[in-house]
This record gives sequence, structure tokens and C-alpha cells, in this order.
Amino acid sequence: MSTDRKSYDVAVIGGGLVGASIAYGLAKSGQKVAVLDEGDIALRASRGNFALVWVQSKGMGMPEYAGWTVRGAGLWPGFAAQLKEETGLDVTLQQSGGFHLALSEGELEKRAALLQRLHNQPHMLRYDYEIMDRSRIEAMLPEIGPEVVGGSYCPLDGHVNSLKVFRALHMAMERAGVRYLAQHGVDSLSYRAGEFSIITPKGEVRAGKVVLAAGNGNARLGPMVGLEVPVRPQRGQIVVTERTQPFLRYPVVTVRQTDEGTVMLGDSVEEAGPDPTVGLPILSSIASRAVRMFPRLGSLNVVRTWAALRVMTKDGFPIYDQSLSCPGAFVATCHSGVTLAASHALLVAPAIAAGGLPQEEFGVFSSRRFHVPASA
Amino acid sequence: MFRRLPEAKGDTVLITVDGKPVTARAQDTVAAALLAAGIDHCRTTPVTGAPRAPYCLMGVCFDCLVVVDGRGNRQGCMVQVADGMRVETQQGKRDIAR
Repeated sequence: MSTDRKSYDVAVIGGGLVGASIAYGLAKSGQKVAVLDEGDIALRASRGNFALVWVQSKGMGMPEYAGWTVRGAGLWPGFAAQLKEETGLDVTLQQSGGFHLALSEGELEKRAALLQRLHNQPHMLRYDYEIMDRSRIEAMLPEIGPEVVGGSYCPLDGHVNSLKVFRALHMAMERAGVRYLAQHGVDSLSYRAGEFSIITPKGEVRAGKVVLAAGNGNARLGPMVGLEVPVRPQRGQIVVTERTQPFLRYPVVTVRQTDEGTVMLGDSVEEAGPDPTVGLPILSSIASRAVRMFPRLGSLNVVRTWAALRVMTKDGFPIYDQSLSCPGAFVATCHSGVTLAASHALLVAPAIAAGGLPQEEFGVFSSRRFHVPASA
Repeated sequence: MFRRLPEAKGDTVLITVDGKPVTARAQDTVAAALLAAGIDHCRTTPVTGAPRAPYCLMGVCFDCLVVVDGRGNRQGCMVQVADGMRVETQQGKRDIAR
């Protein structure tokens, strides 16, 4: 065990998309940063996600989250260009707009009502979306099957190659001077006299600030520094086909063709605890709905399936918070590490570097929102 | 590159490869027929376009993908030839329509 007590301005705990985005942004803000990561055994949502940069339908119950998401999607083009310039990696961002498809009149009515309620919320930042009938969708997605009756389209939606984003962020953060420490799963952390001591199997790391970006691990780590982070794993399963010539011009929330030609089918929601295994009942229903949307998918071979664990709060919104009892301890956690990557690098990180998360911007995302008496 | 063993016997069938007639043994797999006919690559890869030829010949490596009777991404080593079969070498990604 090392007794070398390295000291940093900020230690970011977690090297996934959220941690890497924030670490990169902190280094760009002049901070001396270490990222403490578990290594390959980590339950890594960053490697299992569906890679959408997605806006439509987010924010029911918290219009500020809709605004935050719109802003994040808007930052993406510049961020992708910045990553390319710094790493040479093209993350193949495509923000062409995206679809949610309905397979019955009932589904379409439900969808239209949901989006209308969303946009009727007080303080909602309104953005363009359209409910389209079948013929309009067919003009944009000629491969839709006869069961598609319509859907919603939002021009702000898009997708990206999230594995390339993950790789680019790690390259960019290391080039910006971030020290990446693998196999540094955190056993405990404590705060004393303005400094954090972080104990890992590889030794102690010290830092003036600490950012918890450990996904579902934040639930365990938060209380050690006076932060409450009620998150739980929520399983999603994904089916991937062999590569084909491009045929889907727009991403659909459950079907998207990647830059390299595979088609990814998602995205299920299960409360299954920390179990990242796949199961045929869910996979077959994912495949069946996808084939009803795009019948030609039925001729493709499936080459991979996997499950990953979302990082989910009770209300589904992110938590950005700072500790009152341990000043300098922050938490950032969400289930949209792709959509919000630019926001984390360009907005959250500079605020943390400057000393704190401004209440007027981030107060709504504090976990204090969960401290309301349960109503009957 | 490959020659058939002199003692190899059996019926022959006629297939086409990219429209050209090729004689194969009735027991051949598509991959074996291509190799015996001196066809040195059967596809190009979907991402970089590199040429590929049959490799493992036992269904594992997926390097022998070809279009068989209009259907893409068939493993040539796992499909037996048949008289009149239309085989096409595959350029890059399979087309979802075929």
C-alpha cells in the first residue's frame, strides 16, 4: 500500500461520463484534478447506455430540468468540435431531430397529451416539437411498418457514439492534466480542516474539494461527507444487430442506427436491484416492438445484447448538490450522462472550480427536494 | 492458391459468383467453393473496407460473409452449395433490404 499522500485541488470520484466530463471541465478551469476510478469491474452505465442526446418529454414535474436539458443539447455541437480538436476523435454527433413512434391510436393520444401537459407547466421553457401523422413520418422515415400510426418529433433530439465520447473525454481530460487513478475504488472519505482524505485500496488521496460522480455508488459515499444521494439502479436492456447500410435517417427513442451501421434497440425499464443480467422476455419484447416499427429489422442478425444500470432518483431528475457540513464536497448524478456531458464540462465544473453551485441555477436540483412529508 | 486433392471425387454443381459461372463439388460449402475457384477475397469490411477471405471455416470468425441468393451476411462456411445458387461477394455493410 502506498503511503504517498498525493494532494489535489479536486478529487473526482468516478471515471464514467459524468466524472470524466466534470474532471475535464475542472482541469480546463485551472484545477489540479485526480479522477479516482474503480477499474474494469465497475458497473459502468457509460459503457451500456443508448447514446441519445435527447430532449423531448423530459421535465414533467420539474420544468427546470427541461430547460437544463435543452441548454445541454445546445452546447453539444461546440463541445463535440472541441473534443475533436483536442483528441482527433469524431464522436459523430448527429442532431437531426428524433422521433417517438406510436403503434396504436391510443399510444399516439397518450403521447400527445403527455407533451401538451409538459409544455403547459408553469415556467416551462417551450421548445419546438410536433405530433405527426403517419404520412408525414413516412416521408422522413420511409422504412416504418404499417402499424406505425404517428409519433412525436422534436428537432432538438439527436444521438452520438457514446463509446467514442467516453474515450474522447478520457483522452481530453488526461491531456488537460487530469491524473487518472484506476483501481482506486473508494473505501471511505472524510473531511477535516478544509481537506478531504480519501481512502482507497491503493492508498490515500487528499484533495481540497471532492466531487462524487460514482453513479449508484454515490448513495454509499454521500453520507460520508454530509450529502444525501438517494439513487438506485434501474436496469435497461439493449439489443444490437449486425451492421447494415444506413437506412434510418433519424434516431427513434427505442431504435437508432449507429455511425458504424449497427442498429441498437432499447430501452426497457426494470426495477431489478444491482443485477445487470439480460433476460429473454424483455429482449424479445424490445425486438418485437422494434420490428413492428421497422419490419425490415426482422431480417437482421442480432450480434449482442446487454443490460446496464441507470442511476435513478425517486423523481427521475438529476442531483447536483454541495455539502453544508463538509464545504467543498459536491455530488453530480443523473441518468443522462450523454445528453448532459457538455453541461457537466462547461457549466457544472467551472462553478465547482469557482467555489460552489449557484443556488439560483442549481438549488432546484438539490436533494433537499426529497425532504417533503409524504402525502396520503 | 488452393488445389483440390487429386482423389477428391463426387458430383459437381454449377453456381454463380458475382454473375460468373463457377463449378463446385456438391459437398462444398460456399467458402470452400470460393477458395477452390481461386477467389481471394469474399467481402470488404463494413467500417474500413479492408478485404477479407474465409478464415476459420467452422462458423466462428464470420470473415467469410457473402450474399447468398440475395440475402446478405451469410456465413459462406456454414452454407452448402446447391445447383443454381447465386453467390455475391459483399462490399462493406449489408443492405437491410437484402
